[in-house]
Amino acid sequence: MSETTSGLLLAGVGGQGVLLASMIVADALVRAGHDVKQSEVHGMAQRGGSVFGHIRWGSRVDSPLVPLGSAEVLAAFEWAEAIRWVPYVRDGGAVVADIRMIVPPGACSDRRSWSMPYPGIDAEVFASRGLKTRLVDASAIATELGNVRAANNVVLGSLAAFLDIDVVHWEAAIEQFVPRGTEEVNLAAFRAGREASEAQIPLPTVEPEGFSGPHEIDIRHDWCKGCDICSRICPEYCLAVNGDGVLTVTNAEACTGCRLCVLLCPDFAITIHPPQEPATVPVHAVQGGASR
Amino acid sequence: MSIDTERRIEAATSLLLSGNEAVARGAVEAGVLVAVGYPGTPSTEILESIANRQDMYVRWSPNEKVAFDVALGASLGGVRALVTMKHVGLNVAADTFMTAAYTGVGAGLVILVADDPGMHSSQNEQDTRAYARMGFVPLLEPSDSSEAKEFTMLAFDISEEFDIPVLVRTTTRVSHNRGVVKIGARLERPVKGFVSDPAKYVMIPGYARGRRPVLLERIEALTAYVEASSLTVESGSGGDIGVVTASVAHQYVREVLPDARILKLGMTYPLPIERIRAFADSVDRLFVVEELDPHMENDIRLGGIAVEGRAFFPQIGELNPDIVRKGFAEAGILPFAPPESDPAPPTVVRPAIMCPGCSHASPFLALKRLGAVVTGDIGCYTLAALPPLSAMDTCLAMGSSIGMAIGMAASGGADGPVVAAIGDSTFVHGGIPGLSDAVYSQANITVLILDNGTVAMTGGQEHPGTGVTLQGSDTTPLDVVALCKALGVRDVRVVDPYDMAAMYSALESSIAYVGPSVVITNRPCVVSPIKIRDKPYQVIDEACTACQACMTLGCPSIIWSEETFEGRRKVVIDPVTCTGCTVCAQLCPPLAIVPVPDWEGSTDV
Ligand SMILES: Cc1ncc(C[n+]2csc(CCOP(=O)(O)OP(=O)(O)O)c2C)c(N)n1
Repeated sequence: MSETTSGLLLAGVGGQGVLLASMIVADALVRAGHDVKQSEVHGMAQRGGSVFGHIRWGSRVDSPLVPLGSAEVLAAFEWAEAIRWVPYVRDGGAVVADIRMIVPPGACSDRRSWSMPYPGIDAEVFASRGLKTRLVDASAIATELGNVRAANNVVLGSLAAFLDIDVVHWEAAIEQFVPRGTEEVNLAAFRAGREASEAQIPLPTVEPEGFSGPHEIDIRHDWCKGCDICSRICPEYCLAVNGDGVLTVTNAEACTGCRLCVLLCPDFAITIHPPQEPATVPVHAVQGGASR
Repeated sequence: MSIDTERRIEAATSLLLSGNEAVARGAVEAGVLVAVGYPGTPSTEILESIANRQDMYVRWSPNEKVAFDVALGASLGGVRALVTMKHVGLNVAADTFMTAAYTGVGAGLVILVADDPGMHSSQNEQDTRAYARMGFVPLLEPSDSSEAKEFTMLAFDISEEFDIPVLVRTTTRVSHNRGVVKIGARLERPVKGFVSDPAKYVMIPGYARGRRPVLLERIEALTAYVEASSLTVESGSGGDIGVVTASVAHQYVREVLPDARILKLGMTYPLPIERIRAFADSVDRLFVVEELDPHMENDIRLGGIAVEGRAFFPQIGELNPDIVRKGFAEAGILPFAPPESDPAPPTVVRPAIMCPGCSHASPFLALKRLGAVVTGDIGCYTLAALPPLSAMDTCLAMGSSIGMAIGMAASGGADGPVVAAIGDSTFVHGGIPGLSDAVYSQANITVLILDNGTVAMTGGQEHPGTGVTLQGSDTTPLDVVALCKALGVRDVRVVDPYDMAAMYSALESSIAYVGPSVVITNRPCVVSPIKIRDKPYQVIDEACTACQACMTLGCPSIIWSEETFEGRRKVVIDPVTCTGCTVCAQLCPPLAIVPVPDWEGSTDV
């Protein structure tokens, strides 16, 4: 009967082992005597993308997918992913989140403001929705135990605190699925996760001020011989030598002022001017940076 | 993992299996001897989960057409055969598929096609049920792992009883869901042997004309079969509406309307139209809930039965319990729309990206610098279409890159050199005929073959170029260089993509060559079959001028630091994920990127 069906979500980044963790949880639930369905997505998403697993259990499970707002718990192996999937958690449910931050390269692309759109660590985002929260520093705990790859089982240990499954089932499932030879450290990680204290939240970092506009590229055409060195080095593809051998600015908006062109020009033909106005809207230190 | 799965299966009477593992188990229990396919999400793990069985012939074929041919040949030889592919694979195999419906089978032949509603990992969202109709081939749709096993076994029986190949269609949510499956024994079946019968197996027009009426008779017999079959299950007793549904949509309907009257179909082509008519007569309103195209709905309406479906349930993307609930609310069946859950707070966007150290990055950096118009293909390298590389202009179907480059060059409309970019497996799958045309037509194009020695995108499978089979035996590897030369390409270069300067000049020279040229990169995938880890690199903070040259690679190991130089962010390298490929260090103008001193080996256990 679907009235008695419960659900949970696991979330993380491709490559973190979310699928293996899902199998452990599902197996523990089966051992505890439930009907279980588990859903995951493979393929493209595994290449560093956002990865999730749905698990549902009860006396009889129909849909393998957890409806929005109905999960008992969300367990996330990465901070930004915990935030992404929180709408799945039911009122009064719980979030277990590793405070590990994996900043994707795409978050390092605004070369005007130089700010990173990565959410700062703050338990309030969940508490304000009325959810129980448990933030763990799983990597630190696993590293201390001797294998950072056991971090996922630290998170599962913390998750176990919110689920009514006997420890023997958890431990049997972990032994079943972790790579041979790593059973001990993974079981230790699981146990450490059950007892883990609330993680120390890193301080938000200070963000750069940013610029109001692009730098201006100034070419002295009477000195330039069109040798092409500058256009080949420009990281922003701002310059090109045209069919007539004349250096032109093809992407003025993108100049960040790195001055590689200036430094490499054998003829001193390029000058870069910073944007006239300082940034009008300073970028604040609201977001946690990518401290590693 | 496959060995473990197999061990777990043999030890258990029932256990959690993915839909894919369950299909494979169904094939094992049905006594299948030959199982072949071509990798493609979400179908890939079917063959992988039985790769270690010594009592079966399990192989990756170069493409789906070849796989289908192998399976059909085995079936004519008198053994049960399974062929697996993703939905678009059936386009490649369609030529064999359409005529195999005419010839029929020897022993049972099942085609497992995995659709991908929502396009989690696919280039389109086509619905395989259209092929069933076009080919007059019966199609079964399991709704969970347990049915995935049962239906696969039943499909072999139907195939033999009606002398026709049978389609089993899964979707991502069936293939990649785990559910409890009961395990049974393997049926040992003797090889029936091939019986020559030219009128049945040689489809020259004279014989094919004889088979066409047989095909139509068989579909009529199958319609009679499905009308009486226990594949159609009626459940529920509440209310005066009825719902016809199949596949995973059935699970969502049960979830949302636990007591409603449901007619659940296991075979969705041909439809048990009289069963549906009787069901419709017993309810006030009849609904159809199906993912993707309205196949059942249209057929039911054609049968003169009033039905509602597409008006409330979308044709685009996957269904889920929330969407099904909303549809029934709009139809006035449920009293309320689902509560809108508060949206997630802002978080970072996280698309799929190339791995740290991926050998596909540097060739595209060079192509962007060279201003090339790049007709691309399908594989991990397709990620080069996204920023910061942004160096691929097209990607359609496997192997299309080369033909499209020939046409692009012939059009004269490209404002730069024309380069086709194709992976090694994709080249073997569908690129070779294109390269043959490039030579035949003396097209002025460069073909970049990104040979990473595996089918990386689908998780690292073997292919003819790798010299290893799916079952782990060594075999003769395809020699790509010799092949290109044999096809008549004069300008063939092999280059190390970790040598940025060599990579750039190889492409520059090949582009300058008039006529077809080939550049082959030769670094293996960093993830599969072996996880490659070399000494990681680090950034000397004082030397970094924040120029962002390294960031143009899009390597996930390099991110911004908190330090700035002249207001710009400097960068840091994550030593845990850095593979030591050295490309960023080669790009760094102030030489700020250097090996981590005293590195004591990998932390990645
Ligand atoms: C017709 C078809 N079959 C299978 C697939 C699934 N698929 C996507 S990419 C790919 C092959 C990628 O291998 P390769 O060309 O070697 O590139 P790599 O991913 O290793 O870089 C496959 C099989 C597909 N998209 N279309």
